[in-house]
Amino acid sequence: MKILVCISNVPDTTTKVKFVEGNTKLDTTGIQWVINPWDELSLTRALELKDDASTGVKSVSVAHVGSIAAEPTIRKALAIGADDAIRVNAEPADAYYVASQLAEVIKKEQFDIVICGIESSDFNGSTVGSMLSELLDYPSVSAVSSLKIENGQVVISREIDGGKEIVHVSTPFVAVVQKGIAKEPRIAAMRGIMMARTKPIKLYEPIAVEPLTQVVSFEMPKPRASCKFVDAENPKQLIELLQNEAKVI
Amino acid sequence: MSVLVFTENWDGKFKKLSFELASYASKVAEMLNTNAVALSIGNVDESELKKLGNYGVKKIVNINNDALKNLDDRAYTSVIAEIAQKESSEVIILSNNNMGKGLAPRLSVRLKAAIGAGVSQLPLSTSPFTVYKRAFSGNAFAHLELKTGVKIITLAQNSFELIETANGASVENFSVNVDASNIKVQVKDVQKQTGKILITDAEIVVSGGRGMKSPDNWEPLVELANLLGAATACSRPVSDEGWRSHEEHTGQTGKIIAPNLYFAIGISGATQHIAGVSSSKYIVAINTDKDAPIFGAAQYGIIGDASKVLPKLVEAVKEVKGK
Repeated sequence: MKILVCISNVPDTTTKVKFVEGNTKLDTTGIQWVINPWDELSLTRALELKDDASTGVKSVSVAHVGSIAAEPTIRKALAIGADDAIRVNAEPADAYYVASQLAEVIKKEQFDIVICGIESSDFNGSTVGSMLSELLDYPSVSAVSSLKIENGQVVISREIDGGKEIVHVSTPFVAVVQKGIAKEPRIAAMRGIMMARTKPIKLYEPIAVEPLTQVVSFEMPKPRASCKFVDAENPKQLIELLQNEAKVI
Repeated sequence: MSVLVFTENWDGKFKKLSFELASYASKVAEMLNTNAVALSIGNVDESELKKLGNYGVKKIVNINNDALKNLDDRAYTSVIAEIAQKESSEVIILSNNNMGKGLAPRLSVRLKAAIGAGVSQLPLSTSPFTVYKRAFSGNAFAHLELKTGVKIITLAQNSFELIETANGASVENFSVNVDASNIKVQVKDVQKQTGKILITDAEIVVSGGRGMKSPDNWEPLVELANLLGAATACSRPVSDEGWRSHEEHTGQTGKIIAPNLYFAIGISGATQHIAGVSSSKYIVAINTDKDAPIFGAAQYGIIGDASKVLPKLVEAVKEVKGK
């Protein structure tokens, strides 16, 4: 069984974002780029499955759509333990564009399980994974919080409002995963970092795809009114404020 | 032309988000001088279906098919696409929840329709069609142009008020052919908590962080939540430590919520936590550290130890509510 984990290259989650060129582009000055947190957890889970011989998982690959600037992030995924990587050499124009590039690669390379994180922490679209499944005409399971392989059968926990469902799905398929899929992201060890240097990154040139959306501009959230403090000895005043001023209780 | 809204139900009743979606769809339909049509898949009776009409929907397409009892994203996508084409829908609206996130992108590819995901208000304009959506995990918002003829919007939960407009809706029972051999996702078991308010549905959420010091200290927090009819939540360290279950984790990598009122108790307010709760209408912070970043996001604050403040807060609520 072959697993592919799709990874996105995003600003570190503590970044204070700023925009340039009339608020149309992210100011990338000084930004630390990392593997999208959900993709990192996906990769961790894929590697856990490969570590367990009973699952029959033979390889874990990662794929990324982006320019050469993303190579450090791809190398990091290889250092964490991915066997090889694919990079589609293109600036990601929108989710449909990215999903189309990934679908093209997957048609050529063939995987049994394709894993995508629920969203990227920069654009928060939650769309690439399911778009990909439709482009490939694969089944997809979204909101996945646990993924196991038991006697060759894929067993998934899928989050629903107020609970979860245990589902079986046939391969090939796309899993869109979220919190719970792995406990902690796996950290690259020194040996992994050394080995990553020689692991292959296969390069694809992009296919022509017209994006469906365009960012017109970004704006910052409106600043909140400053905090009104209430004496710790008199919380009743807080309740009165919530009742009479904010009118929320 | 029409605006199609995909509703969700559970145990034969519509989820609250269905009425939010219907209210939103009706307003979008108004902007486009057309009508909102709701789609319901499942076993929902006529009187429940008609409730959608109270939120401005003109017509309800009702599909009750055993093959659609469980969610198979591919099969559901085919059905929604079929109805969208039948109703010549120009805009299709789903929730930005687990189900909507799975279906909307498939639908986008199927219909070659641009998608605006996690939209939190009415479209900024209809020509060009531009929506307002969350970006950079709540640290910014994007104005996004949807450039195709048919557009898809997923609406962030709790971001739009219910608007009651009786519109004399009609119900059309519609049958679809579902090829059972195409269903590849089999549900083996459903584990559902009952009698608990869902965090993503709740109007008030009471959340505890590391400042609660121990899982044994949660009792007054739960009591406060019960008194307020609120859901309980927690920060990431608390769920990582196993003090509370990971379903309660709110924040960037946990649940992203937008209640009317959010209590952050003993939560310092890391960027990632604030990213998940910043859409709350009001935030109350209780923390020992007056410089904690959570006070920057809160409208009301108490500087103090959670274990001392909480019991007093519980008493205060009892007193005020008792009146």
